[in-house]
Amino acid sequence: MAEIGLNHYLVLAAIVFTLGICGIFLNRKNVIVILMSVELMLLAVNINFVAFSSFLHDMVGQVFTMFVLTVAAAEAAIGLAILMVYFRNRGTIAVEDINMMKG
Amino acid sequence: MPLLLPDFTPALPEIFLACAAMALLMLGVFQGEKSAKEVSWLSVAALVIAGALVASRGMERRTGLEDMFIVDGFSMFMKLFVIAGASIALIAAIRFNAREKTERFEFPILILLATTGMMMMISANDLISLYLGLELQSLSLYILTSYNRDDVRSTEAGLKYFVLGAVSSGMLLYGSSMVYGFAGTTSFTSLAEIFGSTDSGSIGIIIGIVFISAGLAFKVSAVPFHMWTPDVYEGAPSQVTSFLSVAPKIAAMALFTRILYDPFGHLVGEWRQIIATISLLSMAVGALGAISQRNFKRLMAYISIGHMGYALAAFAAGTEDGVRGVLIYMAMYVFMVGGTFAIILCMRRDGKAVERIDDLAGLARTQPALAVALAIFMFSMAGIPPLAGFWSKFYVFYAAINANLYTLAILGMVISVVGAFYYIRIVKIMFFDEPAGAFDTPLGAELAGVIFVTALATVLFGIFPSPIISGAEAAAASFFAG
Repeated sequence: MAEIGLNHYLVLAAIVFTLGICGIFLNRKNVIVILMSVELMLLAVNINFVAFSSFLHDMVGQVFTMFVLTVAAAEAAIGLAILMVYFRNRGTIAVEDINMMKG
Repeated sequence: MPLLLPDFTPALPEIFLACAAMALLMLGVFQGEKSAKEVSWLSVAALVIAGALVASRGMERRTGLEDMFIVDGFSMFMKLFVIAGASIALIAAIRFNAREKTERFEFPILILLATTGMMMMISANDLISLYLGLELQSLSLYILTSYNRDDVRSTEAGLKYFVLGAVSSGMLLYGSSMVYGFAGTTSFTSLAEIFGSTDSGSIGIIIGIVFISAGLAFKVSAVPFHMWTPDVYEGAPSQVTSFLSVAPKIAAMALFTRILYDPFGHLVGEWRQIIATISLLSMAVGALGAISQRNFKRLMAYISIGHMGYALAAFAAGTEDGVRGVLIYMAMYVFMVGGTFAIILCMRRDGKAVERIDDLAGLARTQPALAVALAIFMFSMAGIPPLAGFWSKFYVFYAAINANLYTLAILGMVISVVGAFYYIRIVKIMFFDEPAGAFDTPLGAELAGVIFVTALATVLFGIFPSPIISGAEAAAASFFAG
């Protein structure tokens, strides 16, 4: 069995982060999926931080992770709240329908 | 083990503002909806007190809160203009909210919280405090953007802003994690020491810097991360857009300057080309996109993209001149854009807000004072002397040329001539087109006061620019002294 080293964690985090970005930009169905993808990105960052923290024997990375988790919770709450008011106004949360203004 | 409290004093203005916001929130909750006006004026007072606290600290460089927080001349200058921008937007919004029947006490509270976040961003001296300040600001702005919760456009703008803002925060965080992993620290002071002793960063650090820059470029709405700006500016309620277009831009630009000049200052060769490219693209997209716009708020979105391009041109210089150019540009920007938005808030016909550029037709005949004020802002933004906007562009290109960025400076000047087209078109519509009917009068003392003060500042700082320039010079010097 190969030893699991820092590189494995970094590659895992990079893959999860890329999945999150792809989930946001390729997804044409539902805004909830976008919220989930945002969480995925933040969790990839947390994997990075914890892995670095453990390999550097430095606590700062884990403290940072705690802050990221807290802010991510607040962000999800606000995102869902905005989604709720949007749904009340439009009656849909399909990504294709978010087009009142042309950008 | 004795408990050692960190030094809180450098963060006194932020702590005061946060406590004031919470106290006013309680006041609002206990008194109900009718207290909106009272809470608004008390919030303005809180901003003024916070400004006085910032100013009383002086330009001396100090760090506090375990080296996470820094105050110096640069942070003082930027914070004062953030507070000025927030106060202008808040005062102008009071009458507008009353007329639109959207008076809620949460509005000034959210502005106070966002301002606290911006001040934390400006004073950040660690990747953790940077992230927390940025998120406090962004989360408040997401809510403000969807403030008209029964309006489809406002909620749609909030949703778009939220999704793209969350992506940019994610990128910024990913960059922070790479920098932390490869440098072993998140403190700007230690990072500067590490990069000062080695010639260039490892590939992991470069990736980190690119991700952080991408996240911050989103916050200043620089191309290619500008797509959200027109939609959010147009969809957000006008009183929110007037806040959104001034204070957050200054704070994000200050943060951008701090992080690339301070910890990554020795890697200037690595990031200068990126910033120069972003700057050129922002100027071009801002100018070309603005030409075909019919909605005034959407036009202002492209104008602000262009303005960020000019500020970034000074930034790309990577010198003390460059920091001075950014400081002067952002200072003048507050008055020009803040004043223009106060005029947008005045654009009401038959009790309804209008926001098309054609609605300004013949304004010179129906409301000459308003037309003259808007003409001053437009000429100033076009960079015509002797108005404030001339000096801001002058010092930007001065810094770029001194840093041998000739291509950037020359193309920037050419683009600013293209930009003059849509500024002068507005003046032409106001002065030479058939009147489309007067706007509702009276404007209200708050709005008239804001327009008068900002127009006066635009003219006075054009004729006597020395207070702003010497202030910016001292601030830039203290930024490099540490």
